[in-house]
Amino acid sequence: MSILTAILILLALAAIFGIILGFAAVYFKVDEDPVVDQIDNILPQTQCGQCSYPGCKPYAEAIANGDEINKCPPGGESTIHALAELLGRDFVPLDEDHGEEKDKRVALIREAECIGCTKCIQACPVDAILGAAKQMHTVIAQECTGCDLCLEPCPVDCIDMVPVQTTTNEWRWNLPGTADSTHHSLIASDHDPRTVKENTEASA
Amino acid sequence: MNTQTFHGGIHPPENKTQSTQTPIETALLPNKLILPLQQHIGQQAKPLVSPGERVLKGQMIAAAVGYISAAVHAPTSGIVTAIEAHALPHPSGLSGQCIVIKPDGQDQWSELTPLENYQQADKATLLQHISNAGITGLGGAGFPTAVKLNPSEELLIDTLILNAAECEPYITADDMLMRERAEEVIQGLHIIAQILQPSHCLIGIENNKPEAFDALHQALESSHLKDKIHLISIPTKYPSGGEKQLIQILTGTEVPNGGLPADIGIVCHNVGTAVAIYRAVTKGEPLISRVTTITGEAAARQGNIDVLIGTPIETLLNHFGVQQDLLHRVVMGGPMMGFTLDSVQLPIVKASNCIIAASRDELPDPAPEQACIRCGMCAEVCPATLLPQQLYWFSKAKEFDKALSHNLLDCIECGACSYVCPSNIPLVQYYRFTKGEIRIEEHERTASDHARQRFEARQIRLDKEAADKEAKRQARAAAAAAKKAEKAGAADDDSTKAAVVQAALERAQARKEKKAAAADSNPRD
Repeated sequence: MSILTAILILLALAAIFGIILGFAAVYFKVDEDPVVDQIDNILPQTQCGQCSYPGCKPYAEAIANGDEINKCPPGGESTIHALAELLGRDFVPLDEDHGEEKDKRVALIREAECIGCTKCIQACPVDAILGAAKQMHTVIAQECTGCDLCLEPCPVDCIDMVPVQTTTNEWRWNLPGTADSTHHSLIASDHDPRTVKENTEASA
Repeated sequence: MNTQTFHGGIHPPENKTQSTQTPIETALLPNKLILPLQQHIGQQAKPLVSPGERVLKGQMIAAAVGYISAAVHAPTSGIVTAIEAHALPHPSGLSGQCIVIKPDGQDQWSELTPLENYQQADKATLLQHISNAGITGLGGAGFPTAVKLNPSEELLIDTLILNAAECEPYITADDMLMRERAEEVIQGLHIIAQILQPSHCLIGIENNKPEAFDALHQALESSHLKDKIHLISIPTKYPSGGEKQLIQILTGTEVPNGGLPADIGIVCHNVGTAVAIYRAVTKGEPLISRVTTITGEAAARQGNIDVLIGTPIETLLNHFGVQQDLLHRVVMGGPMMGFTLDSVQLPIVKASNCIIAASRDELPDPAPEQACIRCGMCAEVCPATLLPQQLYWFSKAKEFDKALSHNLLDCIECGACSYVCPSNIPLVQYYRFTKGEIRIEEHERTASDHARQRFEARQIRLDKEAADKEAKRQARAAAAAAKKAEKAGAADDDSTKAAVVQAALERAQARKEKKAAAADSNPRD
């Protein structure tokens, strides 16, 4: 008898929780997988397709479905680290098959050679190329993500990828102890010259 | 008036007396002036002249671009020889666009336009005038002054602070300026007060400058705002001249984390800036010179000079008799927050308040960094009440999130922690590195968000174009089908017509046959 009661109670509980879960599934439904968005936020949005997916979002979806996290050369190591942390996976070095990490570059059209075919305009994923049929084209450097996608379609090979020049506005300090860091040393770390002098004299 | 104090601080040897023995020297005319287009925080100025052109003293040669920017003026008359990339006095040692002028020795002024009856001028006119004069903060950071004088309308500015603390060792430019031009400082303060309309003004001056204090006190006697202006002597302690620290000393309030002094109703300006404002408004002179301290053991003479912006540092060093054999390194700024220059071919810019020609004994190379012994002295001296040791570990491990959550961005990079560190750890350099990385990460994040937005907008547009095309195609197909159907309808009409014709023909035939029959029944006679 007592066994029957226990089974009934458990069945009742199962039914109650089943109903609660059923309602939760309907009322708290998330349209998109939030992990995909989080992954997409980490990816560099060059939309270059070097990962073999047609853009960053599709690659984010693929990662969420279990693909490797090391197929993004523009993001480089820092992106892999961020993805590893987000997904709780181990860090893996960049997959060389998909390209290597390069410094930030932007496309530059040699304008004298441009024939105005608009092929690069169609290829640019972020609309960073300006021009019209039989008119010279130019790259809006601020909008260019450096994805290389315009290079291949150009029939006259008049597009170069140029490294972005660092100016004093973008320049940053190196980590102390690494190459070139002591070169521009801050003197704030220097001590009272008199005591240093005394110390060196005392030790001498 | 009672003064408060801020947490920590240090008392490094002052080394100020060497350069206060002689009056401010008048400007010397070098044989070349190098004027960087960017001497301020914000957008680079746009050149208004071209190589080969003759310019007059005080003529605007580069205009401000956008709101946060500052114009550049010719410091003397001469010929523009080039607009080219030239090494800048910046810790990076990078180059930037500069206008190079070869002076013609005539020092001929362009026509100056002082503001007539400036006491009656409104805020906008004064701000425009100050902006046109290319004035930036002369205390060191170089923020465009007109922008700082124009805080958001919603903020009520009730306190104006004139920063006369000059707390960093060696530097005496503000001290000498106040001693000799106290009148101009006060007049400049009047103009700033006219713009901001504060309820009171505070001048904070460290008590190691009694002469400057007396001079200001005397100049204040004749001021019409005498009751509103309070000259306050504060204890000498580094870094009391830091904006946030001075505000805390004078008012007892702290600038909120991530905020500006204007958020708590305070605006702070340097005394040198006040003088520049006075000159621009009353005499029409743009910012073409500044008082700079030349000091250090390698210099035969030490003192202050009213130097033209753009003067090569080498010229200045020669003028002060710097002995090459004694010279170990040249530092721009003070020994706490300044940086070592790579070359002496660099120009003096608007923010250059001091050049130290240091001997090896005076500013030796930093001792090798040793392990942190967790003594906690850095935390004791930090004027921003941060935890320098924690920030150091986070920076070293590149744990930028944690550094941020420990308020790294509140660090004013004063160097007090590095100064007291018994292990010679260049702490400030670690913080600067981390701040730079955080800034770049933020920049990359906004750039990638922007790219995503553009990509998605393009995707939507392409989908819409494809959908439109498809809709058009379908519309065309429908139209074609309709036409075909109509044609089929028309064909039906034809057949009815034919039927009518056929019927008519049949009727005619029938009549014919009837006639024929009648003729048959009526035989011919």
